[in-house]
Amino acid sequence: MTQTTPEAATPNAATAKAPAGKPKTLKEGYIPPKERLFAPGHRGCAGCAELLAARLVIEAAGPNTIIANNTGCLEVTTTPYPESSWGVPWIHSLFENAAAVASGIEAALIAQGKKEGINIIAQGGDGSTVDIGLGLISGMMERGHDILYVCYDNEAYMNTGVQRSGATPFCASTTTSPSGELSFGNMRPKKPMPEIMAAHGIPYSATASAAYPRDLQKKVKKALSIKGPKYLHVHVPCPTGWYAESADTIKIGRLAVETGLFPIYEIENGVVTNVMKPKKRPPVEDYLRTQNRFKHLFSKEGGAEVVKQIQAIADKNAQRLGLDSK
Amino acid sequence: MMPRKTVVEGSMAVAEAVRLCRPQVISAYPITPQTHIVEDLSKMVADGELRCEFVNTESEFAAASVVLGASAAGVRTYTATTSQGLFLMFEVLYNIAGSRLPINLTCANRAVSAPINIWNDQQDSVSLRDAGWLQLYCEDAQEIHDFQPIAFKVAEDPRVRLPIMTMMDGFVLTHTYEPVELMDQELVDSYLPAYKPVVKLDVAHPLTFGAFAQPNTYHEIRYMLNRAVMGAKPKIAAAFKEFNETFGRDYAPFMEEYRSEDADVLVLSLGSVCGTIKDAVDELRTEGQKVGLVKLRMHRPLPKAELRKALDRASVVAVVEKDISMGQEGIIATDVKSAFAGHDGPTVLSYVAGLGGRDVPVPDVKKVFKEAAAWKGRQAPDDPIWLGLNTGIIPEVQ
Repeated sequence: MTQTTPEAATPNAATAKAPAGKPKTLKEGYIPPKERLFAPGHRGCAGCAELLAARLVIEAAGPNTIIANNTGCLEVTTTPYPESSWGVPWIHSLFENAAAVASGIEAALIAQGKKEGINIIAQGGDGSTVDIGLGLISGMMERGHDILYVCYDNEAYMNTGVQRSGATPFCASTTTSPSGELSFGNMRPKKPMPEIMAAHGIPYSATASAAYPRDLQKKVKKALSIKGPKYLHVHVPCPTGWYAESADTIKIGRLAVETGLFPIYEIENGVVTNVMKPKKRPPVEDYLRTQNRFKHLFSKEGGAEVVKQIQAIADKNAQRLGLDSK
Repeated sequence: MMPRKTVVEGSMAVAEAVRLCRPQVISAYPITPQTHIVEDLSKMVADGELRCEFVNTESEFAAASVVLGASAAGVRTYTATTSQGLFLMFEVLYNIAGSRLPINLTCANRAVSAPINIWNDQQDSVSLRDAGWLQLYCEDAQEIHDFQPIAFKVAEDPRVRLPIMTMMDGFVLTHTYEPVELMDQELVDSYLPAYKPVVKLDVAHPLTFGAFAQPNTYHEIRYMLNRAVMGAKPKIAAAFKEFNETFGRDYAPFMEEYRSEDADVLVLSLGSVCGTIKDAVDELRTEGQKVGLVKLRMHRPLPKAELRKALDRASVVAVVEKDISMGQEGIIATDVKSAFAGHDGPTVLSYVAGLGGRDVPVPDVKKVFKEAAAWKGRQAPDDPIWLGLNTGIIPEVQ
């Protein structure tokens, strides 16, 4: 396994209770690589949170699951022919069509009378989800397929070399929205994907983070227990594309949630529920300083003003979701 | 059971044949002139005459992706489209062929934009010739009806495993009524058994589909795709032979030769215009002229040896087609010429005709035969010849 992120889950604010079945030794609970649903030895970067999250998702979903995967880092790093990390039936077709491919799989299982007990997951990165694949995901949601769509959001087109997407945050520098004499980077805020999905009237739309593994796995299980279309938007820090330390993945992921820049919550039948409230909300600067994609905000004239605007985004999230209320 | 001879719309002739083939998943997006086919099929599903998951999508791109997913999950699948819809599907259609999924698609041939035009030519499907789909063209409603079980049978053959498209001219065939001898369910069932996929998405046997191929393997995987398309030729011939025996028809698998045996000047064409060309041939024959038609049925794989055999005896072959490779000539003409590369053969002329629904009447076809005769023994022109061009509406300055 190339990833160096700490795998042991640390309880978060929402689930601050030690699980009963926690392994006491390294040997206990060990699963040989070949028996895993997501095998190590893939080609993810050091500190990749997307692959960590993808493993957590499939381990929560279990073996009776079929996955349709968009093109992207997750696909490229896990299935270089003739190798595969996947221990479940898995299909990749194109960059933007996992939601429609999954729709076809569901229709085929229904036609064969084999849908009962089988989970179908469509998944992809933020570019394939909020940009090029949005129409196909909207179609899947509107048609009411019994499918969970998972977006792994690392906030840019990382597989092609850190180009901005509709999920790139305000004033992050990317290779196609670079900071410069006349620019602070990406001048647009993130597309509100969980709300766009919820607006389809689906029963479940939620956010999660690779930095909170138990919360993520709980949500996968919860989503799969609900019949109909579900959406899960998972924040997955990318040290390579965020120009950050690979050992800091989890720390950065937590700061995104704690500052209010990536709030964690569920939308059940249109109603916001189970908001994860940080004990104390640190200033966004604590988050921004961990990544060099925001470096220009601290070296360029006028940067302090932009940091204030980013703080305002976090404060607005806090107000909207009641992050500061006890 | 008695064959059911009846008068039906061309679209219904396809839909009824597809129903008889018992597809398990159909997905489509409406586009003129394909609409009647999918309307008919969705009504059959609504009425319980066809037990099938019918998935209405938000685009052709999604429809192609839905049948891709369904086919990978191991069921018989069908879709239909045309023109802009086919073009929107392009990325998926290449992916389907590369994934070796036996999907059956009907293309209701229509011109492509710009300018926007909803009427018939064959630019859409001909533009997809390089993807790895098997391609069959139909002249009439009976053919498009009969070719559906053949299409499924060939595509799903475990030694073939390729997608297949059957083409019918938009409006000319989709929206006209013709007498058609409809197939019988029992005969279709005996001819086309249930689909048995070689591999599929199955939790009991987890497999990875659509892996990432690098330069050390991609070249060979594409070689294997081409080998499969080339190798489908005898399987298509066998499927036609068995169809003829089962249903009492008389189809030649790759091309139909009409009064061509002793012809000195031949027209090669495809699709519904062949009916008109046959009339022109008959009229010219009564005048004692040695003319004939070769109707190309299978464009991919290209039956090169059979083309040589059928065309070799003529002095001139005029390829009359409703498509063009801009900056070159008619695409079928280039293909016909390629069959004769390095061989002595007839002079091959490229005629571009009937684009965007322009009628190709008998007098125009007779004109082609007359003009073509004058090219005997000469090198064909580099540029294509445009049939029925109204120069009065073309500005002189580019």
